[in-house]
Amino acid sequence: MRDFSYLRASSADEARQASLQAGSVLLAGGTTLLDLAKCGVMEPETVIDITHLSGLGEITVDAGGARIGALAKMGQVADHAGIRAAFPAISESLSLAASAQIRNMATIGGNLLQRTRCSYFREPDVFPACHKRNPGAGCSAIGGVTRNHAVLGTSDTCIASYPGDLAVALVAFDAVVELGGRTVSVEDFFLLPGNTPERETTLQRGEMITAITVPASAAPKNSTYLKVRDRQSYEFAAASAAVGLEFETDGRTVRDIRVALGGVATKPWRARNVERALVGKILSLETVEAASRLAMEGAVSHGANYYKIELAPRVVARAILKVGGLA
Amino acid sequence: MTIMEPRKHGDASDGTVGGRQTRFEGNLKVTGGATYALEYPVEGLAYAILVQSTIPAGRVVRVDTEKALAAPGVLMVLTPDDDLGLLVASDWGGNRPDNQPYYPLPRQVQYNGQSIAAVVAESREQAVEAANLICITYEKAPHVATFNDAAAGEGKVMDNLTSGWGDAEAALAAAPVQIEGEYSTPREYHVAMEPHGLTVKWDGDRITVWEPSQWSHGMARSYSEWFGIPYENVHLVSPFIGGGFGSKGAALAHGAVAAFAARKLGRPVKLALTRPQNFTNYGGRAATRQTIKIGATEDGILQAIVHRGASETSTYADWPEQTGSATPILYRIENFSSQHRVVPVNTVTPGALRGPGKNPSAFGIESAMEELAYKLGMDPLELRLKNYADHDYQSGKPWSTRRLREALTEGAEAFGWSKRSHEPRSMRDGKTLIGWGIGCGTFPVIQAPSEAMIRILGNGRVEVVSGAIDMGQGTYTILAQTAAEVFGIPVDQVEVHLGDSRLPGSAIAGGSMLAGSILGAVHKAATAARDELIGLALNDEKSPLRDTGANTLTFSGGRIAAPRDQGPSLTLSELMAALGRDEIEVLRNTLPDGATAQEQHQAWTSMAKVQGPTMGEYSMHSWCAHFAEVRVDEDFGTVRVSRIVSAFDCGRLYNPRLVESQWRGGIIMGIGQALLEEGLVDQRNGRTVNNNMGDYLVPTNADVPHIEVISVGIPDYGASALGGKGVGEVGIVGVAPAIANAVFHATGKRVRDLPITLEKLI
Ligand SMILES: Cc1cc2nc3c(=O)[nH]c(=O)nc-3n(C[C@H](O)[C@H](O)[C@H](O)COP(=O)(O)OP(=O)(O)OC[C@H]3O[C@@H](n4cnc5c(N)ncnc54)[C@H](O)[C@@H]3O)c2cc1C
Ligand code: SF4
Repeated sequence: MRDFSYLRASSADEARQASLQAGSVLLAGGTTLLDLAKCGVMEPETVIDITHLSGLGEITVDAGGARIGALAKMGQVADHAGIRAAFPAISESLSLAASAQIRNMATIGGNLLQRTRCSYFREPDVFPACHKRNPGAGCSAIGGVTRNHAVLGTSDTCIASYPGDLAVALVAFDAVVELGGRTVSVEDFFLLPGNTPERETTLQRGEMITAITVPASAAPKNSTYLKVRDRQSYEFAAASAAVGLEFETDGRTVRDIRVALGGVATKPWRARNVERALVGKILSLETVEAASRLAMEGAVSHGANYYKIELAPRVVARAILKVGGLA
Repeated sequence: MTIMEPRKHGDASDGTVGGRQTRFEGNLKVTGGATYALEYPVEGLAYAILVQSTIPAGRVVRVDTEKALAAPGVLMVLTPDDDLGLLVASDWGGNRPDNQPYYPLPRQVQYNGQSIAAVVAESREQAVEAANLICITYEKAPHVATFNDAAAGEGKVMDNLTSGWGDAEAALAAAPVQIEGEYSTPREYHVAMEPHGLTVKWDGDRITVWEPSQWSHGMARSYSEWFGIPYENVHLVSPFIGGGFGSKGAALAHGAVAAFAARKLGRPVKLALTRPQNFTNYGGRAATRQTIKIGATEDGILQAIVHRGASETSTYADWPEQTGSATPILYRIENFSSQHRVVPVNTVTPGALRGPGKNPSAFGIESAMEELAYKLGMDPLELRLKNYADHDYQSGKPWSTRRLREALTEGAEAFGWSKRSHEPRSMRDGKTLIGWGIGCGTFPVIQAPSEAMIRILGNGRVEVVSGAIDMGQGTYTILAQTAAEVFGIPVDQVEVHLGDSRLPGSAIAGGSMLAGSILGAVHKAATAARDELIGLALNDEKSPLRDTGANTLTFSGGRIAAPRDQGPSLTLSELMAALGRDEIEVLRNTLPDGATAQEQHQAWTSMAKVQGPTMGEYSMHSWCAHFAEVRVDEDFGTVRVSRIVSAFDCGRLYNPRLVESQWRGGIIMGIGQALLEEGLVDQRNGRTVNNNMGDYLVPTNADVPHIEVISVGIPDYGASALGGKGVGEVGIVGVAPAIANAVFHATGKRVRDLPITLEKLI
């Protein structure tokens, strides 16, 4: 690990100012940053510690929705009574993520910006070819071990999946990232790899995530996050789904439904085609299964990740049936 | 049957052999008082880091070290260009070629992740940073990534593992019922919590090595031979180990590199492998595959087994992970044929990992037996009991003890096996399919001569002194219990000193051979020390017990007295004071009387004197039967083990509490093997890409169900002096097939290649 200088920011402005410098990086819980620094993927020259900034860790929930400060810990958000009541899928996405130790360290802002678990991305000395690390260098994953790579949103340059859970629940419920001066929806915040897999979000140098807001409505209140993986705990998703559902007054016809997928796409993936197929329909096993299959429209496998194309719709279907009271 | 339910603490019998004494060194471990190899506070340390190959095969043409040497804090860079002046050390058998140079950083690249250079710097971070600046030019050669590559070929037959009797092919052909299956297991890794590494310091031509070790004497020998210094000059210290599982029994190249650097720099050096380096610097369990054909009568009597297996090895050494070793001894079989090959590929040489030799073998035969049961429409338990082996058909010898029948029947009873419905997919709970399966396991009883010292001190304390290792399996505790029992004192009056090559020699902590071997030596030494004390007490004129007229003494409740209450009773310290003695010291070993110094050295530092399971008049093994319940999500293919009952015949248990812990640990590793563990190799460059604990999955607490363990063993004095058989290895053997069989019962899908990940079931 390279020597770096350490700056403890005393204000958000100071942090932003300092992070304008090339080679500088913000430090929150450090669970992504330190990990990748040890792998030699991130080699910061200056680390700007934002954990002491005040006012960035608050969680408030009211009738209009939730506002989660960027420095709130994963564990705090998962356990927050208001979040659990109004956004169960958000709480579950966090409590099913990582381990208790990591959830106690890691922040919401850092969580959104976690990096892919692509093995090739994580071993620069052995696999120099990685467009994401080194634009133009090639992609070692294509043709290699791809069990955890994405089937949706891939490009010829990068097939790495976005591994996080929280962001999946956030895109389902139209959450917005506050970046100090501007706001952007979580969905637009994340970028497809296209020809620029090194650009993962619209975050600009000198910007900082200050909070995330999520509007309240009936669908997120009746929501769930379903995460499927080989190991019972402490593993990233093979496939996951965040689903929220609101019925018409008849209790059977879908008025509003939100569906997003994790573990299968290059970014947190909102499945609007599944939603469209169900709005106005009476929820049944058949309608749900047929609609869930639409989630894989355009999916491409790269070898060992083929199973995700079969698995993901089943996960979506189960999650919908669960919130619809049919499973 | 003894169901191992936790009992209240503090029973007086806990402190004797067979008692449930809690872990002797437990307090030290949970309070951080136990010092591990990489934690020794040594002044003036320099830090070494290894640089490894990033190609699978070829030659190092050039190493550009200029930038690294110029980096801050760098003290030294070692490459294949440096002649370290080392000599090859002995192999396991104690055989050593004369004056053959040893290159721990070789020029020839034989696998991806082979150490080829090292950097030493003032700090570890500086060393790592400088290592990144080293530029290596290779001349690449073609490689074979795994034994599934077309170029790997068939490999070579291991003649010593070819076994057969009767006419297996003919009996198979004639059998009315036949099954055939191919079973495979992937590369698996030890992933001990404590990484490999060492702290090393020279004083003149004497060296101290703080290194986690399953065998302090054997590893000390390697250091002495590499550096051409007398064995006595090596001091290897390893009182605590954070997990070995077979990986820490031998000194490895990184030890030679660190020790060389320390000598050259005249400074102590610490070297710790990174987690990814722990996947390539030493071998895990080899990948295996095997075909098994079984012929049987219509009522399920086995007629023939034909087995053909193979395992990966490296291109420079043959390490067979046997696939046909449980196969011949689990069942009564008149016609048998087995052959095992090793297939060289570009990997580090595989090594021993819990249950070596028996574990993949049991996966094959125990899966195949269950396939046969379904072909016959017979209960798998009944099939196993029907073909019970009354003796060892391979060696022709009688079993010393074999209570596998009891393990099967009592395990089945505790599990509730009789309530099982035979048809696959016949037990469910909503979307969850439920299945039950059996897997039997075995591990040979192996013994090695050992030595121990007992010291009775003037203050009444008793010291047990041995170079034996405790890597968590309970050596400290059972040795304390043994001494406590012999002297009739509480366990807390005993001190145990272990894990040091300067202490008396011992069997390796591996192959489940340590407890039986070292306990024999400690018991012998303690009894001799007690006899010496009795002799003094009855004859020394200063002794208050002299006039009792007794011809022996009793040791009980912390007091020493003549039998039948004649005369006074004294504590150990009172008696020692009366005798005017500060210390009585007795050294004993279990070699034949009159063993020379050279034979002793050979016994403690090589495997030359190890006794195999059929070298005497009996065939000696531990046995077990696992019963597993799985719950499989029908849509997702995810398997959760919901319940395990395992019954063991390991002879007499020296400490049931610690034995349970060993068994449970083995079973938990078996769950990982069945469902999670797999080294994923990139065919293009032979790299294991999931070389970290985020991606190489082992079970978490949430994956571990209720595990009930049952002991059905009886003391086996043919197997060891105190009647125990091995407990550490056998626990994992048979777990994976029990789970695979349960998965078949749940889903109707037979998964023949481990691990059983979800994509194999959807
Ligand atoms: C073994 C392991 C398992 C894991 N499993 C899961 C899992 O199952 N599911 C899951 O969702 N996650 C998982 N994670 C990822 C984990 O959730 C993230 O590492 C964590 O949330 C990152 O938060 P942090 O505060 O530690 O971020 P840091 O490491 O401090 O920062 C991460 C990145 O975000 C930047 N950053 C941090 N805060 C801000 C801010 N306010 N504004 C702008 N930039 C910022 C940093 O500069 C850095 O680039 C796992 C991680 C590990 C190590
Ligand atoms: S998939 Fe993306 S992250 Fe992985 S090696 Fe290819 S370019 Fe790099």
